[in-house]
Amino acid sequence: MSGLAMQALAEETPLLSVSGLTRFYGARVGCEDVGFDLYPGEVMGIVGESGSGKSTLLSCLAGHLETDAGKVVYNGQDVLTLAEPARRRLMRTDWAFVHQHARDGLRMNVSAGGNVGERLMAGGARHYGTIRQTAEDWLERVEIDPGRIDDRPSAFSGGMQQRLQIARGLVTGPRLVLMDEPTGGLDVSVQARLLDLLRGLVRRMGLSVVIVTHDIGVVRLLADRLMVMRHGRVVEHGLTDRVLDDPQHAYTQLLVNSVLPT
Amino acid sequence: MSDYNFAYLDEPTKKMIRRAILKGLAVPGYQVPFASREMPMPYGWGTGGVQVTAACLTPEDTLKVIDQGADDTTNAVSIRSFFAKVAGVATTTRTREASLIQTRHRIPETPLRSDQILVYQVPIPEPLRFLEPRETETRRMHALEEYGLMHVKLYEDIARHGAIATSYAYPALVNGRHVFDPSPIPRFDNPKLESPAIQLFGAGREQRIYALPPFTRVQSLDFEDHPFEASKADGACALCGATQTYLDEIVADDQGTRRFQCSDTDYCMERRA
Repeated sequence: MSGLAMQALAEETPLLSVSGLTRFYGARVGCEDVGFDLYPGEVMGIVGESGSGKSTLLSCLAGHLETDAGKVVYNGQDVLTLAEPARRRLMRTDWAFVHQHARDGLRMNVSAGGNVGERLMAGGARHYGTIRQTAEDWLERVEIDPGRIDDRPSAFSGGMQQRLQIARGLVTGPRLVLMDEPTGGLDVSVQARLLDLLRGLVRRMGLSVVIVTHDIGVVRLLADRLMVMRHGRVVEHGLTDRVLDDPQHAYTQLLVNSVLPT
Repeated sequence: MSDYNFAYLDEPTKKMIRRAILKGLAVPGYQVPFASREMPMPYGWGTGGVQVTAACLTPEDTLKVIDQGADDTTNAVSIRSFFAKVAGVATTTRTREASLIQTRHRIPETPLRSDQILVYQVPIPEPLRFLEPRETETRRMHALEEYGLMHVKLYEDIARHGAIATSYAYPALVNGRHVFDPSPIPRFDNPKLESPAIQLFGAGREQRIYALPPFTRVQSLDFEDHPFEASKADGACALCGATQTYLDEIVADDQGTRRFQCSDTDYCMERRA
């Protein structure tokens, strides 16, 4: 078999394979029987109204929440049954999580450079000069002036904080990024700039992304495929353009129609 | 003397503390929780160290107590007279003659021997505390050996001051496993942590005991391009002329004249004798 064919075959195995994922909050449903495959380099959008279970789903994937049933298979391993040291190592090397509020994902009392360098140092980097150089490179890549490397995130604007959070996550070259409403709470022009940046990084680094949002505009711009959730269940999924241009489920039709015309 | 049990604490308490000490010695650098007792002194005066000392003392022991290297400060004098009273043990100011030394913030300059015990008073035993306020999280970090955060602190030091500015309570990796806080000793003393003596650490308010068995490997954390340095003030003792000891800087008069003096008073006196 030629190298190219091997590669094509490798690309057919999903990077992340979720099946039957279920989480209850007491008697209430958080999310129920959610399943999807995510292929290398693919961006998957999850949309739905507040309380539809999309954030619950993401928290379960990231291991922030206990799962009641289901499997999350990454690289042939069920992440949910992984021993904690191995799972946490995975989370800070191969995976990254972008919180809606940057202050949840950043250390606010540590300089920007320290924030970006933390995952490197956790991975055993012990050369100050190299760590600092890498941090500077990454600040530049997320369009933050490297001269502000020693400023604390509290001195940054909301958009900069969000970009710093992304740099902090991506510095170890992860393969999978989970994003929870990364553009929430930012004004429209800053949102646009952030989306532009994200799209560039995703394409250049070949990242696989699961992005949760309630903003149809965000998924249209970023996502290859789309999953629509309601009451904790997936009601529709497919290619983004297909779902948005030809919604089948009544709720998706409502969602698409409720977007203000631009 | 007959009003107190030997060394103030009752026997079951001493037994409980000894169990914690043994566990600490078995897992070097691991912080063992223990049921710290109220002592007749305020927190911050060495309640943890005093309890460890009380649990280790035998009637044959000779006790030395130092505070910042000195035998004659309030803290050292009161703890020494406390044990002279409630345990009736012999006391000394000579490092060589002591079988048990309780210390605050210093390791004696005179090399310790294998028949000596050094007891430290510890204010905050958790080296990760100022970076991660949650106890549940720091315990998990110790359990999983996730010490990257400790280097973030050193990174911040270099970024802000151009060099590692942590000059006391300098974190170190014990036996290749646990990162620990050697109590607020100057980093000058860190290399002396690898010692033939048994070293015990007691934190009364925080209710933790940890230990270093003799000759345990203790590596001070650093970066490859900013290696650990056991620094001291550049000068010589005005009394004994020593240049290799840890020095206190003293303002000598109203004109602001400064001079240096050995922080270890016993060592200084021995050199002058």
